[in-house]
Amino acid sequence: MPQGEHIELHRKRYGRQLDHEERTRKKEARSVKKRATMAQRTLGIKGKMLAKERAKEKAVMKKTIAMHEERDKKHKADDGNKGAALPAYLLERDQVDRAKVLSNTIKQKRKEKAGKWEVPLPKVRPVAEDEMFKVLRTGKRKKKEWKRMVTKVTFVPPGFTRKPPKYERFIRPTGLRMSKAHVTHPELKATFQLAIIGVKKNPNGQAYTGLGVITKGTIIEVNVSELGLVTPGGKVVWGKYAQVTNNPENDGCINAVLLV
Amino acid sequence: MTGTEQPPSHANIIIQLESEEGNAAGPQLDVPQDVTPSQLETLLNGLQHNEERLSYSFFIHDQELAAELGTHLLKHQVSVEAVLRIVYQPQAVFKVRAVTRCTASLGGHAGASAVPSINTPREAVLSVNFSPDGNRVASGSGDTSVRLWDLHTQTPQFTCNGHASWVLVVAWSPDAAVVASGDHDGGLWLWEPATGKAMGQCKGHRKFITSIAWQPAHIELPSRRFCSGSKDTTIKVWDASTRRCLFTMSNHTQAITQVKWGGDGLIYSAGRDCSINVWAAADGRLLRSLTGHGHWVNTMSLSTDYVLRTGPFDHTGVAPDDIESRKQVAQQRYDAARHGLPERLATGSDDFTLFLWDPSNQKQPRARMTGHMQLVNQACLVTFSPDGRWIASASFDKSVKLWDGVTGAFVASFRGHVGPVYQASVAWASDSRLFVSGSKDSTLKVWDVRSKKLLMDLPGHADEVFSVDWSPNGKTVVSGGKDRMVKLWRR
Repeated sequence: MPQGEHIELHRKRYGRQLDHEERTRKKEARSVKKRATMAQRTLGIKGKMLAKERAKEKAVMKKTIAMHEERDKKHKADDGNKGAALPAYLLERDQVDRAKVLSNTIKQKRKEKAGKWEVPLPKVRPVAEDEMFKVLRTGKRKKKEWKRMVTKVTFVPPGFTRKPPKYERFIRPTGLRMSKAHVTHPELKATFQLAIIGVKKNPNGQAYTGLGVITKGTIIEVNVSELGLVTPGGKVVWGKYAQVTNNPENDGCINAVLLV
Repeated sequence: MTGTEQPPSHANIIIQLESEEGNAAGPQLDVPQDVTPSQLETLLNGLQHNEERLSYSFFIHDQELAAELGTHLLKHQVSVEAVLRIVYQPQAVFKVRAVTRCTASLGGHAGASAVPSINTPREAVLSVNFSPDGNRVASGSGDTSVRLWDLHTQTPQFTCNGHASWVLVVAWSPDAAVVASGDHDGGLWLWEPATGKAMGQCKGHRKFITSIAWQPAHIELPSRRFCSGSKDTTIKVWDASTRRCLFTMSNHTQAITQVKWGGDGLIYSAGRDCSINVWAAADGRLLRSLTGHGHWVNTMSLSTDYVLRTGPFDHTGVAPDDIESRKQVAQQRYDAARHGLPERLATGSDDFTLFLWDPSNQKQPRARMTGHMQLVNQACLVTFSPDGRWIASASFDKSVKLWDGVTGAFVASFRGHVGPVYQASVAWASDSRLFVSGSKDSTLKVWDVRSKKLLMDLPGHADEVFSVDWSPNGKTVVSGGKDRMVKLWRR
């Protein structure tokens, strides 16, 4: 028997204090007020931590309440007639999630006539070179200044082989390399995590495109093969362009919209 | 001389021509090695005393003779020590040419705007069917209407409104006088194709209709009776003239997937409870239950499907005028299609296999055909070619496979689709030399049985193709799919 269980032991032997139930109830009832006072009194980082904790609790509470309300709500009877019409032989087959496998009609509406791409973000903030690159001082006396480190997110193709480090002018830090993007289909309002195939165009310049730098507004090519799109000729589409809509270097992920 | 040795080039070969049933045609013949299939054809026509020259294909040990006899023997290393038995099979007297282009896109089901958008409900075309005479097309759609199209002008003829839910099945009576359609709520409607008017409604089914089959023309003309299978596990036989249910057959424990009305007075039904039931069409007695499948039975096909469907109409869409001779013609065509044997039934299932049955005689399957592979959900479609010699099976594994219709032996696999090939979307040309398949990848493909190759790729649909039919006269292919278009394809 481990040490320190003497309290349990005592309780077993002699029971609890006679007014224990009453006291716990009262303590519980008063805890709300005590908590409120604490919330008002705490300042600084402690206060922030407390508020964050409380916000989390409230979110859980709201969810639980909503779940309970759902039970009492009246639902329209499911007549099974929802969604697109299907032939008899496909009824009641568990189809692959339709959001994932897109309907061709939606996706293949191409607006070729409206220019090359009608991109969602037509204007992007230009990124200066000294923001894009950080100068690295090299050499034994740290007096050479020809190496650059890319400070933005980059895409490095899987087959990439480094040059000998001695001659490598641009360093793309591994921590900022990304290979997946969260791509939203604008008409379906569905988002998929897709593998990046390449960087098509960085609006800040050809040099950045070549380096695979991904900033806000960059056009990237993503692998859409798992969406099941088919060309009018019946071939599987696997590469499609998407434009990056966030600042990946700030957010730690790439969000993009599919260009259809 | 051993079997693998090359016969001397000058030597003749002794052959015996035989029919499929093993009846010898004429005496044993001494032919030179460089005899071609067309020369053999001439020879056989002479032996058979055919007035019109018929075309035949020749098989040596189940291998089709495509080149000169000597080269074929060398290639397949067939022994010529014994008498060489060559099996001949008559080919259709007419030839269907492959369709090559889309001649019309009929957008009636698409509503006012032909451009689909995600805001309007998408109402796919779920079923398309040619009339037995090949003059009209009926299509059923998710927009709850049945539409009749005129093939000569390629224009919409009638819109039949009445259904309250998606029209899942459309079936022509074999005399082309009635169209029956079944919907998702279990409603059955009958339409008069000449006027587009509703003839009436058959009430009884409680859940969606999966399949409708008409009584063959050689049993009764004008067509009156038909049967319908439904999700509510029953099969009902109806009288089209009174719209009354004659009797209900229930032995299945799960949804019926397909019903067929055979030419021998039997009704076949396949269900999701893995069994196939054979019923007497006269009174609805259960005759036998065929078991063997390990999962849902999805489709069935009869070796006589083509003649049962076209009834008295021949390959040009012509039938005699009076009813008695129509019935006789239908009977003759049916007998010819049977080759004196009982009709065979092929079934396809979710367990990735096909079975070939002799349903009128025995409970045991004639053959089990395996080879399709697919992961989770697969539908095997089976269709017999019009002459009953081949079985085509389509599957969610993106392939179409060809099997021997008599023995069930595997013949060839057709690959090329990049999406699942759907169940209602393999259709044979009436001469059994070509078939067309439609797929989820939005294309139709025409395949050649002889060369076992892709003959024609037909892109054009904007979305999944749900249903395909080849007209009985071989001139037109119709297809319908999720893009709400009915497309007509011609040479």
